[in-house]
Amino acid sequence: MTSRELILARIRAAVASAPEAEAVRAHGVSPPAGEPGEPGDPVELFAGRVADYRATVHVTDGDGAAGVIAAALARRGVSRPVVPDGLPGEWTPAEFVADDPPLGAGELDRAEGVLTGCAVAIARTGTIVLDTGPGQGRRMLTLVPDYHLCVVRAGQIVAEVAEALERLDPALPLTWISGPSATSDIELNRVEGVHGPRTLEVVVVR
Amino acid sequence: MTATFLGMPAFPANAARAVHDAQLRANLRKATRTIRDRRAAAVAELPGWERLRAAGRQIKDHTLRNLDRYLLRMEEAVVRAGGHVHWAADAAEANRIVAGLVEATGENSAVKVKSMATQEIGLNEALAARGITVHETDLAELIVQLGGDLPSHILVPAIHRNRSEIREIFRTRMGARGRPAPEGLTDEPAALAEAARLHLRERFLAAKVAISGANFMIAETGTLVVLESEGNGRMCLTLPRTLISVVGIEKLLPTWRDLAVFLQLLPRSSTGERMNPYTSTWTGAAEGQEFHLVLLDNGRTAVLADEVGRQALRCIRCSACLNVCPVYERAGGHAYGSVYPGPIGAILTPQLHGMASELEASLPYASTLCGACFDVCPVAIDIPEVLVHLRGMAPHPRAERLAMRAAGWVLDRPERLGRAERLGLRLRRFVPRRLPGPLSAWTDTRDLPELPAESFRDWWERTGGGSGRPPERARRVGRRLPVRRSRAHAGDRERQERGERGGGGR
Amino acid sequence: MRVALFITCLNDLLFPGTGRATVTLLRRLGCDVAFPRAQTCCGQMHLNTGYRRQGERLARRFAGVFTGYDAVVVPSGSCAATIRARHPLAAPAEGSGGAAEAMPGVYELSEFLVDVLGVTDVGAFFPHRVTYHPTCHSLRGLRLGDRPIHLLERVGGLELVPLPGAEECCGFGGTFALKNPAISTAMCADKVRNVAATGAEVLCAADNSCLTHIGGVLGRLRTGVRTLHLAEILAATEGAG
Repeated sequence: MTSRELILARIRAAVASAPEAEAVRAHGVSPPAGEPGEPGDPVELFAGRVADYRATVHVTDGDGAAGVIAAALARRGVSRPVVPDGLPGEWTPAEFVADDPPLGAGELDRAEGVLTGCAVAIARTGTIVLDTGPGQGRRMLTLVPDYHLCVVRAGQIVAEVAEALERLDPALPLTWISGPSATSDIELNRVEGVHGPRTLEVVVVR
Repeated sequence: MTATFLGMPAFPANAARAVHDAQLRANLRKATRTIRDRRAAAVAELPGWERLRAAGRQIKDHTLRNLDRYLLRMEEAVVRAGGHVHWAADAAEANRIVAGLVEATGENSAVKVKSMATQEIGLNEALAARGITVHETDLAELIVQLGGDLPSHILVPAIHRNRSEIREIFRTRMGARGRPAPEGLTDEPAALAEAARLHLRERFLAAKVAISGANFMIAETGTLVVLESEGNGRMCLTLPRTLISVVGIEKLLPTWRDLAVFLQLLPRSSTGERMNPYTSTWTGAAEGQEFHLVLLDNGRTAVLADEVGRQALRCIRCSACLNVCPVYERAGGHAYGSVYPGPIGAILTPQLHGMASELEASLPYASTLCGACFDVCPVAIDIPEVLVHLRGMAPHPRAERLAMRAAGWVLDRPERLGRAERLGLRLRRFVPRRLPGPLSAWTDTRDLPELPAESFRDWWERTGGGSGRPPERARRVGRRLPVRRSRAHAGDRERQERGERGGGGR
Repeated sequence: MRVALFITCLNDLLFPGTGRATVTLLRRLGCDVAFPRAQTCCGQMHLNTGYRRQGERLARRFAGVFTGYDAVVVPSGSCAATIRARHPLAAPAEGSGGAAEAMPGVYELSEFLVDVLGVTDVGAFFPHRVTYHPTCHSLRGLRLGDRPIHLLERVGGLELVPLPGAEECCGFGGTFALKNPAISTAMCADKVRNVAATGAEVLCAADNSCLTHIGGVLGRLRTGVRTLHLAEILAATEGAG
């Protein structure tokens, strides 16, 4: 008997006399309308919640986006950010490093920062989700550089975690980002900045 | 340099030693209270928490009931996505599989993401025996590994260390394993985190093999999910060419949608955040990686067979129960002698390992049954219920067995109880301030209450319940009640047997 | 209302004063109080320590003794919680529901006063500074909430001071106190420190088992703080006109 057969047989014997347990249909994941804490304006809520993680957040409109992005890069002293394929041209600065041919970990470690878009964002938790799609790049692009500037379109912001999952494709590798890298391992105090990007800056485009 | 839980004495002895360690007490008190308040705020903020908790419980129960089906679905989905699936019946088999997979890459070291399952099976030690070095990359795990220490908490394995102890460990031990700690390292948490970043950076960039666990597996899609904070997880999951994930079979969720429930329950219960900084999900061979999933039983199917105890398999390792437990706060995690400390450890360890050793047999009693753990559990594991259930199966000391039997005999008949009370109270002048034998555990630190001259029962009898007239003596006081009786006659019989007259109203 | 008093074995032997106070209080509020003499123990100690068979036997005895009353009142949070949570499981009678169906409601004292009788002012007078420890079974088992607090607030002359860390366990835990004396005592030391910090003369709770433990340490440390069961304060009319 293989271990596979053994484990499956043990499970079947263990639950043979157990009552059937219903699958969950109504997930109870979204609070009913009108309950306190219901998100109001998703953009406002999202921006506030991202800021709570001690990330820098800017809210702008379509016309202002390029200026806000350029100013953020300049403030950080990033002259040539890594920019993945597919980032809209109006957001892309004149000078940048393309991931073509694919950058190695060492090169990314020396990069000044990375500029990306995202797939989905969640207002209630202040979370950005990347799915390696256009304008987001391979996972290591947003991991190794110490500075991540992420542009979020208002239409990409959903209220709740459950809605985000509905929009995402589990076949793609996903990275959910809620603030800069952090740890609570020392006396359970939260400290921002460990292995991932220590600075996260977010531009929300209405 | 590796410490071990093997051969530790029973919980009371470990706990008694820990409780006198003032530094440990202070560290634990500060940390658990900080996280307790944060969790409470994060949970209070989210509307509908109880519904979410019920959904979490229900999803887990459904999955466990149909675990065979969902495991097969998981296997099929992972293989379809280009991954490899291995089944390990016990720790030895899992370790053997992982060692073989690492050796097949030609590498002799691996980076590792914090994982309870790999700690449970002693993977690092097993790989070391085959000449493979495992580098822990989670900050707390690094502290434990460098310190030659044992983990004492599920989420924060180095919770028993404060910042100055951590600085000492980094200063004296980092150099032996790679880049030494920076000169003039302070005990500021930010400086300590920076030291860890520098120490591990080159290792991440050069790593070829990574080992992880997973918080969840999605049967429908074959997806694995890892929640973390520091980015060490992303480093391990993303950079190396080969990824090996060792995951307990109970970590399954049926559908992608189910994940929504747990991505809300876990961070708020665990670190008290709305969301943890990083969550990675991947399906099969992501971005050209070689991916191996090792499905681990190691006693879980035995837990599944226990109809009361199986609820422990709902656990998502958030450690909220540790953080609220007054016993954990004072005893510390090491006293539980297992990688699973605290209330969840007290029900998980004896079930996974059995109760043959003195330590394991003492764990179900490492609780006052105060219920704080059940209140905070995001998947509603009734930990006190399981503790009591396990106490029923634990070996009992002979003296206790005899005392309990005697008490049961006395309490079985009211007339025996009445006689015993009268005898006891008549001798009350002879009760010493310090009791002998096992009862000295009481009087070592506590006074005994003053004994009354007569029991309530006798007072009622003498005074007619204070009404001034003695009650009419019933004919059949305390006659033993039949255990089974038809309900038609129950009322009459009981009225006779109750053998009382009300003391009368006013 | 015909009310049966379940005194509990601990109160019967060690705290008859709590029983007398409960009787006095219930009569003052118009109840016809009975004391079924065949009662002994709810089985809590056996059930919680892992002696299920003996515990279940006592649970069955309990069901037999108390069937037929309008209500059973228990001056103990942990015994009331044991009966409510564990007896239906421990003593399933034949048929649907069985004993549980025929059983009257079992109420902890403050629950009975507030929920069944609908009173919070019980006409008591107790001119002392008092702090209240909620006890785990009352708090998390029975979910008594603020019922005892509301009752104490309406006692004439009584000054109620909040207890810091009130919701934390005192460390008693039945046989835990003997099996893990070091932790039990450490927990109690923190409780006692919090009690002393209130400056209260009296520590009140709805359960004498926890009070025996806390009182034992209060006494050993000569703090001068007395422990009193809720019933004894609510029954008091000390010095009232």
